[in-house]
Amino acid sequence: MDTQLFTIAVFTENQVSLLHQISMVFSRRCLNIESLSVSACSIPGVHKFTITCKSTREMMEHVVKQIEKRIDVLKAFLHTDDEIVFQEVALYKVPTESVLKSREIEDIVRKSGARVLEIQPEYTVFEKTGHTVEVKDLFDRLQPLGLRQFVRSGRIAVTKAPVELVDEFLQTQEERKHKLNK
Amino acid sequence: MSNKISGSEILIRSLIDQGIDKVFGYPGGSIIPVYDRLYDFSDKLHHYLARHEQGAIHAAEGFARATGKTGVVIATSGPGAMNLITGLNDALMDSTPIVAITGQVQSTLLGKDAFQESDVVSVTLPVTKWAIQVRRPEDIASAVARAFYIANSGRPGPVVIDLAKDAQTGVAEYIFQPCNFIRSYNPDPEVAHEIIDEAAKIINNAKRPLILSGHGVTISKAEDELISFAEKGDIPVGCTMLGLSSIPTDHPLNKGMLGMHGNLGPNINTNKADVIVAIGMRFDDRVTGDTKKYAPNAKIIHIDIDSSEFDKTIKSHLHIHGNAAGVLRRLTEVIDKNNHKDWNDSFSRHAKVEDERVKARETNASTPDGKMLMGEVVSKVSEAFSHDAILVTDVGQNQMFSVRYFSYTRPRSVISSGGLGTMGFGLPAAIGAKIGEPERNVVLFIGDGGLQMTVEELGMIMEYNVGVKIVLLNNNFLGNVRQWQHLFFNSRYSATPMVNPDFKMLANAYGIPAIDVAHRDQLDEAIEKMVSTEGAFLLNVNIDETDMVFPMTPAGHAVDEILLNATEYYKPV
Ligand SMILES: Cc1ncc(C[n+]2csc(CCOP(=O)(O)OP(=O)(O)O)c2C)c(N)n1
Repeated sequence: MDTQLFTIAVFTENQVSLLHQISMVFSRRCLNIESLSVSACSIPGVHKFTITCKSTREMMEHVVKQIEKRIDVLKAFLHTDDEIVFQEVALYKVPTESVLKSREIEDIVRKSGARVLEIQPEYTVFEKTGHTVEVKDLFDRLQPLGLRQFVRSGRIAVTKAPVELVDEFLQTQEERKHKLNK
Repeated sequence: MSNKISGSEILIRSLIDQGIDKVFGYPGGSIIPVYDRLYDFSDKLHHYLARHEQGAIHAAEGFARATGKTGVVIATSGPGAMNLITGLNDALMDSTPIVAITGQVQSTLLGKDAFQESDVVSVTLPVTKWAIQVRRPEDIASAVARAFYIANSGRPGPVVIDLAKDAQTGVAEYIFQPCNFIRSYNPDPEVAHEIIDEAAKIINNAKRPLILSGHGVTISKAEDELISFAEKGDIPVGCTMLGLSSIPTDHPLNKGMLGMHGNLGPNINTNKADVIVAIGMRFDDRVTGDTKKYAPNAKIIHIDIDSSEFDKTIKSHLHIHGNAAGVLRRLTEVIDKNNHKDWNDSFSRHAKVEDERVKARETNASTPDGKMLMGEVVSKVSEAFSHDAILVTDVGQNQMFSVRYFSYTRPRSVISSGGLGTMGFGLPAAIGAKIGEPERNVVLFIGDGGLQMTVEELGMIMEYNVGVKIVLLNNNFLGNVRQWQHLFFNSRYSATPMVNPDFKMLANAYGIPAIDVAHRDQLDEAIEKMVSTEGAFLLNVNIDETDMVFPMTPAGHAVDEILLNATEYYKPV
């Protein structure tokens, strides 16, 4: 069966226990979450989870439906990379001394499109945004030159669709509410 | 003057305002304040004290399954809450509306391993439709309203309200606030008329259509709609175990039960059908057998209220996401009146073989030692109650034989643990069913193993005079496991023989009259005595342990690969 990396976007109410409710759909199928990023989205009170996971399309479709079945989940969407614009951010810490010693680090950093976030006498922190491979590439280059700390975020993504996909759901629900209260 | 009342009283008033007048439960330290208020409301809210929290929740399930109303169970924190887990999972699997209220330690102690603290929400989330912790009295009313709305709308299921002790003792104002809308939840999806038309077209063109009727038909009270639909299209119906009483047993279009121990006709014809209309069922592996060899000739139309069931195990050609009653009503309007006589008759051929090769052996047995077979006992009991009782089963051979040999005339007449197959479900579920439907006869068939799993609930029968008729199909074995050991494990009966107590004495100890039925000659009279006796009764029936349930599709085999007995597969001519 063909496995590939999928991005799942989950829109939820901002409530306790949602992470648990979502992660248990993965763990009961023994699926490993590659990355996860959660924060408030543009709609008031709504949070967005962006999850990446390697699996088959069939498996991921079931997962999305079972996530969506949880009461406090508004809507979940399954995306492949071609349907979204995505990015991650990474921080790299190196001794300031190494940066000053040769031009090598500076060259690598400049070419990679990273930027300096902070310079202290002890250390310098660079920040890079990009796709996983780009972030990893900079890591591989800085590693032999004395990289002290490295961290990267989960993926965040927006769709190429012209609207926020969850809006449609919220609108139908608004209409339902209207009818119920009549 | 302040009109504030305690959180405990808010809870109780909320339950009463939800129309609840019966709850099942068991007290303990973290829920005493609720029980204290209950003391003053006992005329409006009757509490049934179980002997174990598992018994309480299965009783609530039986109540809910018999009535369609939401079952309520109350337990204390820690061990009390943990004893509910099996029942919550059972209710989730079988779409049973349950509101479980658990006491929780003082909110300031949460997370500190306080005495009898369990992380109830985390533990129960995977086995519930929804779970919430409430820490303030002012949040109780809305939590209860949401809980009832969620439990008994859409695809019903269990919900948990974990109530910290300070929420019970603190005070707040109470205003009843029913809930009929949650922004993130749509239990009543609209079905576009194009989809109905497309389904009708497929059904109208079918030569060999087959309806699979599941529990969803019962849950959405769509029995009349099912029958009108089947009759107009002249479409035969196969029922899942939980869907059995969705159409009367003697209806000419009812072709029997689907699945591992189902009837030959609907199972064989599943793989002959050119169109399958599956209603409120979820293609469980006990129904489909090997999914790769399932219904190869059929276009499948899947109707369900839970969209996560679509294409989960079986791919459908068309799925209709909606309430069974509404969808069936609309479908019936637009399908052609039809006639499928030859196709319908083809079921009779298989039924005839089953009658001759399986049922006759089971119901006209003549074992020399007088030990009885389960099938003959069940048929006689069904007959004695004019085929009109509520059947409750436990799990095992007793379950398979009783659903096969019992007959149904009314909806909501089968209560059995389907999805989870929970031994110990039967006795408390039967008690709950009888409490919910006191005017109906409730008959429980149960094995000697399963009875001992929740036997303590005989105490509820004693205390509340619950008139459940218990037929103990006693083979002194964990019969169903024995059957598998016999068929697939060289008859090595590892840990299945049971050393049993004197069940008659046990029943008598709880004030329940009982008869030992040792020999077939005593059976009719014993049943007669059970039927004519007011109140609860136990028949301890001496069952031949070598008897096995057939037909049987062994696990992993195709739905039409069916054993007629231990060695012979059915070969339709
Ligand atoms: C709680 C639980 N434990 C174990 C099982 C596995 N199991 C299924 S049927 C069965 C045997 C049941 O024996 P008994 O209650 O005597 O009924 P019989 O099959 O003999 O009718 C067992 C052990 C189960 N379904 N549920």
